[in-house]
Amino acid sequence: MSELAAAAPVAAPAEPRRLTAAQRWRRRYGLATLGGAIIVLWIIVAIAAPLLAPYPPDLVDVTRRLKPPSSEYWFGTDMLGRDVFSRLLFGARVSLFAGIVVVILGAAFGTLLGGIAAYAGHRAEEALMRFTDLMLCFPPIILAMAIAAAMGIGTLNTMAAMLVVWWPKFARLARSLVLVQRGQEYVEAAHVIGYGPGRVLLKHILPNSIGPLIVLVTLDVGHAIIVFAGLSFLGLGVVPPTPEWGAMVSENRQLVEQWWGATFPGLAILSVVMGFNFLGDGIRDWLDPRARRR
Amino acid sequence: MRDVADGAGAPPKPDRDAPILEVRDLRTYIDTDAGVVRAVDGVSFSVMPGETLGIVGESGSGKSVTALSIMKLLPEQGRIAGGEIVFRGRDILGMTGDEVRSLRGSRIAMVFQDPMTSLNPVRRVSDQLVEAAIVHGRHDKASALRRAIALLGRMGISSPERQINSYPHQFSGGMRQRVMLAMGFSNDPLLLLADEPTTALDVTIQAQILDLLRELNSDFGAAIILISHDLGVIANVCRRVVVMYAGEEVEEGTTEALLASPRHPYTWALLNAAPRLDRYTPGQRRLTTIEGTPPDPLNWPKGCRFAPRCPFKIEKCAEHPPLLPSGDGRSSRCWVTQGGRSLPPAAAQVAATSGLVWSRPAATGETILELEGLVKHFSVPKPSLFAPRQAVHAVDGVDLTVRKGETVGLVGESGSGKSTLARLIVRIHEPDAGTIRFAGQDITHASGAAIRPLRRRMQMIFQDPYASLNPRMTAGDIVAEPLRFHGITADEAATSARVGELLGLVGLSPSAAAKYPHEFSGGQRQRISIARALAVSPDLIVADEPISSLDVNIQAQIINLLIDLQERLSLTYLFIAHDLAVVRHVSDRIVVLYLGKVMEIASSGNLFDQPLHPYTRSLISAVPIPDAAVERQRQRMHLQGEPPSALAPPSGCRFRTRCPIAAPRCASEMPPLVEHRPGQWAACHFPGQV
Amino acid sequence: MLRYLTSRTLATIVMALLSTLIVFLIASLVPGDPVLAQLGDLAASNPEIVKAYRAKWGLDLPLYEQYWIFLKNLANGDLGISISTQRPVLADIRQFAPATVELGTIAFILSMAIGIPLGVAAAVGRDSWIDHWARFVSLIGVSSPVFWLAFIMLTIFYGWLQIMPGPGRIDPIELPPPTVTGSFLVDSALAGKWELLHTVAAHLVLPSIVLCAATLGLITRTTRASMLETLGQDYVRVARAKGLRERAVIVAHALPNALIPVVTLAGLAYANLLTGTVMTETIFSWPGLGLYTFRAALALDIPSIMGMTLVFAVVYLLINWLVDMSYAVLDPRVLKR
Repeated sequence: MSELAAAAPVAAPAEPRRLTAAQRWRRRYGLATLGGAIIVLWIIVAIAAPLLAPYPPDLVDVTRRLKPPSSEYWFGTDMLGRDVFSRLLFGARVSLFAGIVVVILGAAFGTLLGGIAAYAGHRAEEALMRFTDLMLCFPPIILAMAIAAAMGIGTLNTMAAMLVVWWPKFARLARSLVLVQRGQEYVEAAHVIGYGPGRVLLKHILPNSIGPLIVLVTLDVGHAIIVFAGLSFLGLGVVPPTPEWGAMVSENRQLVEQWWGATFPGLAILSVVMGFNFLGDGIRDWLDPRARRR
Repeated sequence: MRDVADGAGAPPKPDRDAPILEVRDLRTYIDTDAGVVRAVDGVSFSVMPGETLGIVGESGSGKSVTALSIMKLLPEQGRIAGGEIVFRGRDILGMTGDEVRSLRGSRIAMVFQDPMTSLNPVRRVSDQLVEAAIVHGRHDKASALRRAIALLGRMGISSPERQINSYPHQFSGGMRQRVMLAMGFSNDPLLLLADEPTTALDVTIQAQILDLLRELNSDFGAAIILISHDLGVIANVCRRVVVMYAGEEVEEGTTEALLASPRHPYTWALLNAAPRLDRYTPGQRRLTTIEGTPPDPLNWPKGCRFAPRCPFKIEKCAEHPPLLPSGDGRSSRCWVTQGGRSLPPAAAQVAATSGLVWSRPAATGETILELEGLVKHFSVPKPSLFAPRQAVHAVDGVDLTVRKGETVGLVGESGSGKSTLARLIVRIHEPDAGTIRFAGQDITHASGAAIRPLRRRMQMIFQDPYASLNPRMTAGDIVAEPLRFHGITADEAATSARVGELLGLVGLSPSAAAKYPHEFSGGQRQRISIARALAVSPDLIVADEPISSLDVNIQAQIINLLIDLQERLSLTYLFIAHDLAVVRHVSDRIVVLYLGKVMEIASSGNLFDQPLHPYTRSLISAVPIPDAAVERQRQRMHLQGEPPSALAPPSGCRFRTRCPIAAPRCASEMPPLVEHRPGQWAACHFPGQV
Repeated sequence: MLRYLTSRTLATIVMALLSTLIVFLIASLVPGDPVLAQLGDLAASNPEIVKAYRAKWGLDLPLYEQYWIFLKNLANGDLGISISTQRPVLADIRQFAPATVELGTIAFILSMAIGIPLGVAAAVGRDSWIDHWARFVSLIGVSSPVFWLAFIMLTIFYGWLQIMPGPGRIDPIELPPPTVTGSFLVDSALAGKWELLHTVAAHLVLPSIVLCAATLGLITRTTRASMLETLGQDYVRVARAKGLRERAVIVAHALPNALIPVVTLAGLAYANLLTGTVMTETIFSWPGLGLYTFRAALALDIPSIMGMTLVFAVVYLLINWLVDMSYAVLDPRVLKR
């Protein structure tokens, strides 16, 4: 009976609201599929950029600067006469790569640390989690700026700086997930069988904790792309003239009449981030049985 | 049928002879993705002013949804598809939202199952009580507060003037349920709906709340509908009972008559599946069970809904029976008992189906497990870096010896440390002090590797069938895990053959191996859990409340399975439960725990017939018995108050704060566990004096 | 109660001390000659200054002694001298902070005042048009990069429509109000300069909208989720069973519980708004800490960057401490634990 008590206002609708299976599916997974499609599309674009781009991304042609979008230059040209569309396609490589790599490495490191902390318990846990808290009290973008500034500018350096501020939230999440699972009876059962902590962690706890981690990773890639683009925008990311979305917005932001130079890269970021958001939300709904029943 | 009085405005005068509530052919459906669940499917009953009506049934029978329908508090997906709910002459279903709201909490009140979650955690108890009193305009703020204090006092909360300013988290479960009752009675309701109000509480607290319900009924004259899965609880409070099965009412009658001679096979099964504390035949360890599980609510069977499980089924049962009155104020939905015939007593049926007599060899006397002065304290997580450490005294000096082949029962209220003790024995936890000797070997602080060979001789069954199986492994893999880990079977072929064998042993088909836990029912999951424990062919099985989250009939099936297995495989059980009747039924010896200490150890017979410790006495007397006549004649010794916190247990005897015969000596001196009669040990300065 | 408060306070102080260690370590890990990095080319070419600097910060001593000196200087309010401005970092911070606080606070108020009601309405009317709108707003908010949003806003409202003023706190031709609080809004009101107040307010519109977008999205989302969760709780059903009106059920029972996680988030959000103004300030030429940090980063002005990092960490801790304190009021259960 308790599962009926799930939610919300009291009403006895006269007509039952029934949806067909297709409607239900669309409602539940429609956005997630859209998100997945956007991401796949961008990944294909990133890989095939040299084939898809009509012009080389760095081709400077001052005679053709600041051309508005046309059939010749789909997204127009920038101040140096470079084709915005081609730069956008190549920019996908840097942005996606940076976002995905930072999040995956950060997640791997954070999860490992958080998982170990939760399992070790006692002093080790206390120390590791205090350290995580300490890292979390630095505003990520400032700390990344500080580190990037200290280490020097460059794609890899900026990614490294982001990594330093990226792992703590995963450490926290992983720890709380392991703590939840560790108290479960099936984990106790594994101990009673004779499993050691490592085997329990790998065979039982990890498979049951992976879901929320995947959700956070998915949602977070979008965030990482924004932060990386932001650092590039500030001039602390890629080295010019590397085509990168944030840097492209920065290069063209002074141009009010020639809006295309900064608008399109921004829309590209928006679409990728939305894609990751849709997908992450979809995975969460799919994993959460409470949401599924609705 | 009477016309619904409507439009006239003023409600009809209450009439002592007219029912206060009449439910007619109520149908409540719930829309789910899989289809429409007909949760309540044609239920009719009536309640007279001041009457006590019980509704009994297993989970999924539709009893809670019936109550929520009366309050029109259904969840979003629920809808009332048909029928009438006439309260004092007016159909609630035809009322506007405001009209229904003016009934809720004023004329009809409701108390829910879980008192821990029923109070708003961030608002003071006083606010929540006052709000209930003033919302219907019958009190102003000052008089509402006076009334709230008076009601709290009436509900048995000491110094209510002070306590009313507390927050809910400062109250225990029992106290919160008293607050809920006070809230319900704020506006002198004519009808109280109590949905499993004691299920989440310990047996001694349950007894207090049930007493209170009876008193409230006689003092305030409010009619009560008590919903429960426990016939004993119903017998304790209610004059009349409605039995529900698969969304339907299957039987109705006075409590006395219905419990004495049930006229529906489901009632019969419900009554016989639960062991009774007062009716115990030595040697008769098996319980009467019926086959199978409740039907799928998406798809009720066409004919009689109970027919697929019914041991008395006849040809006519393929036809759906109506609720047939039998003249003597009773009615049942059964072709077999049509016209008032009775069903045969249970014992005869048992002999016919199983034919087994207790053939178990007596315990050999060889000691398999020995506990000495076992202690485990859990430090409570500190709120911050600098708060002082506190510890829960979960197990605090337990001595116990278990001999090969016997079943030792472990009982106690929540917080008594019984689950911790179980986890110490199988070394999920490491003890802080004392020794554990298993099969002659000291395993108190043995490392994981050192203890590994012994894992093959000692296994555990867990309480929650939904949490004890890894949801991402198939049943086959779950059972095979210990086989592979210990290298018990030579190769994969042997493993899968052995898995099939084990599943068969616990009554599952070999095809179950390929399925995932969520595809099984609670009872079946518990069978998988048992199969996993049996995989290593253990000598000792520690069973931590293995049946407490199951419905009565499934409980009986699992108990019978455990007994069968014990006889076939000569297992030793350490059986933990809070249900005394079950423990008495399965155990040779029983250990009573209270706040981490042993109060009494005795053979099952002695403990119940001549308990020495006052705590044992009060535990036994708190258990309700599904027999109205017995319930009325029983002499009760109810415990007052709540168990103290295990963070700071009382000095001397742990039980003294609630003991009716406590003396000054009990506060200063911890009574040792002494053998007062052969085989009967008690830790009390005044054994047997209650 | 007192124990909870003191223990939270002590923990915050310990964390603040530890954060100085982190900042110190990052600064000392900068590759190359520390003197060069921390003094800048110009000063480093003067042997007198280099010598004095080495002596002051103990750069020849072992690391832990350097840290001790760093702490001692810190206790005297000495964060070093900024390379780019050639002024004490602390003085710089004092000068740039008010602009950031003003902008951050307005963005914070904006995002709470819109986000919470929107989230509640979305949860109460789940799957209604308002829910869809709330979802759309929060999605756009969390998905669009701040710097790009700022560009779009400026292009449309300043460049094309010309209904909003351009970058900066005031128009370049105007003089700032006499400094009392540092907030131009308050100061111009105090001075009775109503036209200036109008200008100042107009200048705040675009940056605060841009700055609050992401926070607004987050607050809306969290409020909605938390509210949905609370509406499913038993005590909400009990409140309905009492006969309370739906509005009373939501306002008196669901909302106080649903707001608890929102408060945690709000604290974090405010800290983020104060510290995350870099991009917004850069684009809007807003003379605040963000712009200062940005310029410092570009100029590799290590003392300024480290000073700012430390200041931001302390702001973070301070706001977290405030959140902890507000818990004591909001959720009676924390005091017991």
